Amino acid sequence: MTDLTQSTLTQKEVRERIESRLASRHRKEKIFRGFGIASIAFGVLAVLVLFTDIISKGSSAFVQTDIQLEVTYDPAVLGIETVDQESLAWANFDGVIREALRERFPDVTGRRDKRELYSLVSTGAGFALRERLAQNPELLGKSETLWFNADDDVDTYVKSLSKSEDGFLGRTSEQKAEWIQSLRESGELEKRFNTTFFTNGDSREPEQAGIRAALVGSLFTLLVTLTLSFPIGVAAAIYLEEFAPKNRWTDLIEVNINNLAAVPSIVFGLLGLAIFINFFEMPRSAPLVGGLVLTLMTLPTIIISSRASLKSVPPSIREAAMGMGASRMQVVLHHVLPLAMPGMLTGAIIGMAQALGETAPLLMIGMVAFIVDVPGGITDPSTVLPVQIFLWADSPERAFVERTSAAIMVLLAVLITMNTCAVWLRKKLERRW
Amino acid sequence: MNTMTLNAGEAVPAENKATKLAAEPPSVKNQAVKKPEEIAGTVGSPFCDEAKLRMRNVNVFYGETQAIHDVSLDIGRNQVVAMIGPSGCGKSTFLRCLNRMNDTIEGCRVEGELTLDGEAIYGSKVDVVPLRARVGMVFQKPNPFPKSIYDNVAYGPKIHGIASRRAELDEVVENSLRRAGLWNEVKDRLDKPGTGLSGGQQQRLCIARAIAVNPEVILMDEPCSALDPIATARIEELIDELRENYTIAIVTHSMQQAARVSQRTAYFHLGKLVEVNDTETVFTNPQHELTEAYITGRFG
Repeated sequence: MTDLTQSTLTQKEVRERIESRLASRHRKEKIFRGFGIASIAFGVLAVLVLFTDIISKGSSAFVQTDIQLEVTYDPAVLGIETVDQESLAWANFDGVIREALRERFPDVTGRRDKRELYSLVSTGAGFALRERLAQNPELLGKSETLWFNADDDVDTYVKSLSKSEDGFLGRTSEQKAEWIQSLRESGELEKRFNTTFFTNGDSREPEQAGIRAALVGSLFTLLVTLTLSFPIGVAAAIYLEEFAPKNRWTDLIEVNINNLAAVPSIVFGLLGLAIFINFFEMPRSAPLVGGLVLTLMTLPTIIISSRASLKSVPPSIREAAMGMGASRMQVVLHHVLPLAMPGMLTGAIIGMAQALGETAPLLMIGMVAFIVDVPGGITDPSTVLPVQIFLWADSPERAFVERTSAAIMVLLAVLITMNTCAVWLRKKLERRW
Repeated sequence: MNTMTLNAGEAVPAENKATKLAAEPPSVKNQAVKKPEEIAGTVGSPFCDEAKLRMRNVNVFYGETQAIHDVSLDIGRNQVVAMIGPSGCGKSTFLRCLNRMNDTIEGCRVEGELTLDGEAIYGSKVDVVPLRARVGMVFQKPNPFPKSIYDNVAYGPKIHGIASRRAELDEVVENSLRRAGLWNEVKDRLDKPGTGLSGGQQQRLCIARAIAVNPEVILMDEPCSALDPIATARIEELIDELRENYTIAIVTHSMQQAARVSQRTAYFHLGKLVEVNDTETVFTNPQHELTEAYITGRFG
């Protein structure tokens, strides 16, 4: 700047110098933009690969092979005379199914062949039949045509047929494949929408396994987390940001909150196990404890994002309100909070999405249990979606592979819905000033 | 504190200014006086008989740095007192002492005796809420709430419980907007956001908001610095009308404005009150050489 030679340059020379560097400046900008586009492309590619993989693996889980059978509610086979609670409990519904299968394939005789034949239909078929009779007692002694879930091996084989000519037989015998072929030709075997997946809890039998219990467990857990962490987090953020004196103590608290956000979640799980379950003797595997643990985990996220959105409220608004004689409380409640709300809600929803996908701390408090029943409240034993995915991914049955991916799809759908809500809320509540 | 972008020519907002001035003393061209100690006491007539606000030996500190040195001044009833001086001379800081807006600045300490109608402004027992209702403030940058025009004006009366029924509020809102000369422009769109108005209208809205609680004193911190000459003229007219009912202290960078709207003028320099006199005397026959240098445009 103080260089004398520069000030003696003619205007023409100055222009030439600028122009000589112009090309390199533009090149640098292009490189920079190129990097940006490359990183975005990488991100998009990663998401695409993830989604294609999951969808291609999991979409087939939304259909299920069903077999149509004509069943007769024969009191002799069932071994009951009237339909009541007690008789339903020990009635031989499996016998009815077997009877129907034998009628469909009358030329199967040998014991082994018969066992093979019976395994065409899911072992849960008997339960479905019991349910049906319990609701319609007048059916006793009559017969009707019903669809039953096929066994998972049959399901896997039938689904593989659409991919290759011969299909994947796996544990399915040649003989069974012939029966399946015959059922297919007569239209008695179809791939139908898999309602079981959405209405059932977990099961050892893939064709009977569903995500209902895990989904409801996740919702209860999130409900507990939201009702605790949002008010506590917002209150803490408001106090720290608007009321607390700035001194060594509040600095210490701030550092601690930031640290807490970086603590591995499994540590929160251990804490929950030690305090909530061992000390306070709360129920194991319950959404209540899960929610408490996840509250501890999401609190720092909510506090930090709430403080950031409080900070972004222009100080002129605070001054205006204070100049009008509003108390600090009124300044915050009437002016700062409404302006900071969209940011706070976004932070809370992002925290919730994080909590929804959290697995590790829940393993520690027993939410990894095998839960068949849909939980009815926050103290019932339950599991959550990510843990369910973890459990299924661990199962040896081939049919669980697609169900794992399908469960991931459901989890992603919930996450995407939550994040869309966050964006929508921010757009809707955002005010200009 | 979040950062703000300032456009060329725009003055530094008060909250930044207050902290900034502590860091670097103002640079003044062509001038011998470099330190506050070199300025002797105040010349002119800082006191008056019927004082609404009475300040005696006021010192203000930002942490270690002293921003105001031993200022004593009276502001008379129904009087407009203009405070002028080069940037960073402490006039805004002084103004903000009068309704304790300085309380919000970290590390700010005010010493001295400040009274409003003989009642102490500072003190452990003084509640700032009623004080600020009595001493209203209009800021440099128009800062309406991001609410409707109606709600902006009705806010003060609502929180102080001056008017609660809708009819009463309607009346207060209309009266305040009329007195601020804004009623005819906004009467058809009271439910529209106040932030949608033009700069001059926003500032008049802020004045309407301030007078809606019927304060005794109105403090104005460079109210026209962000406005064009037409809007400025409108506000100056307004100040003149408001003088009938209110006591007004105004900080301004425009000497013409000080000359037009005020009865008395106080000249601040490096945190000291150099001269106070009738506005006419200050501008026609300044007694202190610094005042003379400033108003004749030799520095500042």
